[in-house]
Amino acid sequence: MTDRSTPTPEEIAEGTSPPDPLGVSYREREESITLSPLGQQIAEQREANRAERGNVSQADTALAPETELLTMNIGPHHPATHGVLRLLTTLEGEVVKETKPLIGYVHTGIEKNCEDKSYWKVIPLIERMDYVSYYFNALAYCMAVEKLLDEEVPERAQYLRVIHLELCRIHSHMVWLGTSALDLGAISMFWYCFRERDNVLDLFEMSSGQRMHTRFFQIGGVFEDIPTGFADKLRDFVQQMPGRIDQFADLLDSNEIFLQRMKGIGAVSEERLLELGVTGPLLRATGNPWDLRKAAPYSSYDDFDFKVPVGTVGDNYDRYKVRLMELYESCKIIEQALDGLPEGPWITDNRKVALPPRHELATSMEALIHHFKLVTEGIRVPAGEVYLPIESPRGELGCFVRSDGSSKPARLHMREPSFVNLQALSDMAKDTYLADLIATLAMLDPILGGIDR
Amino acid sequence: MEDPPREGPVPDAPGLELIANALREHVGADVVVETSYYREQACVEVTPSALLAVLKFLKEDQTQGYGFLASVHGVDYLPEAPRLGVHYELLNMRRVERIRVKVRLEIDDPHVASAVELFPTADFQEREIYDFFGVIFDGHPDLRRILMPEDYEGFPQRRDFALGGEPVMFTHNEPEGPGWYE
Amino acid sequence: MTPDSANGSDNPGGALPNPFYTDQPGSPEEFRARQLRAREMLKGDIESDDFEKYVEEAVMLTTLDKALNWARSQTVFPMTFGLACCAIEMMSIVSARYDVARFGSEAFRASPRQADLLILSGRVSIKMAPVIRRIYDQMLEPKWVIAMGACSSSGGVFSNYAIVQGADKFLPIDVHVPGCPPRPEALIYGLIKLQRKIKGNPDLGWRERYDAFGTEEYPYGTANAPHDVDLDQLIAERRLQKGNGRPAAGGSSA
Ligand code: SF4
Repeated sequence: MTDRSTPTPEEIAEGTSPPDPLGVSYREREESITLSPLGQQIAEQREANRAERGNVSQADTALAPETELLTMNIGPHHPATHGVLRLLTTLEGEVVKETKPLIGYVHTGIEKNCEDKSYWKVIPLIERMDYVSYYFNALAYCMAVEKLLDEEVPERAQYLRVIHLELCRIHSHMVWLGTSALDLGAISMFWYCFRERDNVLDLFEMSSGQRMHTRFFQIGGVFEDIPTGFADKLRDFVQQMPGRIDQFADLLDSNEIFLQRMKGIGAVSEERLLELGVTGPLLRATGNPWDLRKAAPYSSYDDFDFKVPVGTVGDNYDRYKVRLMELYESCKIIEQALDGLPEGPWITDNRKVALPPRHELATSMEALIHHFKLVTEGIRVPAGEVYLPIESPRGELGCFVRSDGSSKPARLHMREPSFVNLQALSDMAKDTYLADLIATLAMLDPILGGIDR
Repeated sequence: MEDPPREGPVPDAPGLELIANALREHVGADVVVETSYYREQACVEVTPSALLAVLKFLKEDQTQGYGFLASVHGVDYLPEAPRLGVHYELLNMRRVERIRVKVRLEIDDPHVASAVELFPTADFQEREIYDFFGVIFDGHPDLRRILMPEDYEGFPQRRDFALGGEPVMFTHNEPEGPGWYE
Repeated sequence: MTPDSANGSDNPGGALPNPFYTDQPGSPEEFRARQLRAREMLKGDIESDDFEKYVEEAVMLTTLDKALNWARSQTVFPMTFGLACCAIEMMSIVSARYDVARFGSEAFRASPRQADLLILSGRVSIKMAPVIRRIYDQMLEPKWVIAMGACSSSGGVFSNYAIVQGADKFLPIDVHVPGCPPRPEALIYGLIKLQRKIKGNPDLGWRERYDAFGTEEYPYGTANAPHDVDLDQLIAERRLQKGNGRPAAGGSSA
């Protein structure tokens, strides 16, 4: 195995190692992080001064205070960055001129690891990418594999999926609202939001036995039918939730400090956001009703009647409001799905894809063989490539799977909405105060596990 | 301009051929290497040198209008001949159509033009592909590693790169262990 | 009762302490008498200042240590430091349902200088490991580390090129909490275990436990070194004393 890019020790010692493909050393690249055009101008001016006088003097370094830029490092350990995000900000006084996100501090190599697992063992790994919306990750992957297999999912499974997806959306938005409000100093919101989050997690625990990373979605359906009592508990929850959301809105919307830090801050035009590939609530806050649940319905989302909340100007307040409104819509969808929950199997009966039910193992030789084949070898998926996008709480979550016909994926790539949306941070935070950067970051809702994978 | 709503997954197989023909006509006679329509998804493979022109045509031509770059991913087709691949998932938001443009690159000299000028969203994603596969995007404003440490060597998601990690110690491989538990 | 005689368990039968009866167990007078007796016994072995110091340490400070460790264990300040999925569960121990305030650890501190517990809540990548080490070095002694979840304990499901297979490769860890993610109750249980450790083994610092001399930020032998020792020799001696010499690297004895 000759990997061109890994030089041997001798080569390094002689200095003849094949150079970095870019032809620049690491040190140079680290130093070459250009921060802002303004900084460059000053540097150029400094150079010119130097060339004129031929030596370095005090005047070079002591520029007029109003043009002096300060580069400040935030993170990777900072309580308001929602994880291990590192930001290099250039400040002019207290005004942010440029922000450069440096990421990769929780890079987990999940995509590579998945290539080493058989198809259904990938699901637990995939769930750990974007760790507050794990059901969405699992769904994108399962649907992509189902597409490769050309497998139909039973109606009941689709409804159960929708119920859990929307619960997970509520969970994700609760974590977002609680931590964002905490960043902005509204500490009581944290306790209220985490109370609701725990209610959602109780439901997850009831249906799957785990609080987070449930591995409830399977290729071809869901793992188990919902237990008795789940529906009642869920109904209680969705009936009390809208009242709770009202409370949250009351608490925040009458908080002058919160409003001051939200309204009119960080607005970016719709065109620019589209250029930057931003989707989800951030895009909807500018008035573009792009939502894959409506635009290209999957998993029987077209059976439900719900609205897509949009904003008007696309500032932080709109982003907050859009997400809050989405919570109401999620409750509505869950209620409808619960009312219309069809009877029937919750997983496909294709024995090449799904395990046979337990009781069949004792009576049917064939079931035993299928069980053995599936457990030891896994699912064999026809060769091909698919890209499957769904709407996660943060935007378009796409899963690209390439199969080479074996029982392990040959390549798996997630298009993580947080990863793409993060590029817009620089535009959003430009010319706002440093304190507003924190608010903007909170409203961007990045999940570092999703960004770094 | 009003587009009639379409039924079913779009573009369909004939639609893909129309797009390929339009590319041959407007960009160059031999830009399209292959078209494939698989599981209701359209994919057109083009020559690396023509990539930018193809993307530009698909984005800016009135009849195409694929103005949104949803995702860029790198692929390593290990046993096959041009080993590396870069996929661009384009989306027409008005008609909700998706098309995948792909280029295949030789492992020895994986150069392709950067699409950042056309689609600023490609910035991070191309850096990620450079980081993991070593594909060099010419003209990218700031091509450096993004997820791995800056001084990391090798391109970890190529298929001939070892997965790494440590074996889990079970009873059967206990004798080979480091022995610290004694 | 005077503070010095606080350990009431030495008081058999619950008899009322009589300040004038010097043989009363646990009374200050009795303490002094014991000290003097110890001094008599040790005469000739150690001399002068050292001797006074030894007596003070051996006889007086144990109870003070106990009180100190009790106080320490009940006010562990964790650091606001989330790495991945486990961080969300770590946050929820502060929430109303789990309420870690019952165990005195609700005050999360953002700065390493103010915190004395580092909860490694999530996976540690090779890019993050130096940063964590830096943060750990910035914390003031005494300090403790809880590895929360499978990832920081052992690498978990991610056995690959990017993840450090267990954070104890570069940090001394006091408590491992299993789970993926561990439930908040499990983390609180880990915290209680840590409290017991702080209370029960006052002088069993981690440096002793792990033979981890010289793991401070500055290397031994430089100008900043706190004391002048040959590190390798010291460690070798300690191992010899304890009789737990390890097999040479690579070799494994049957
Ligand atoms: S142990 Fe599990 S839940 Fe915790 S960080 Fe690792 S993968 Fe996430």
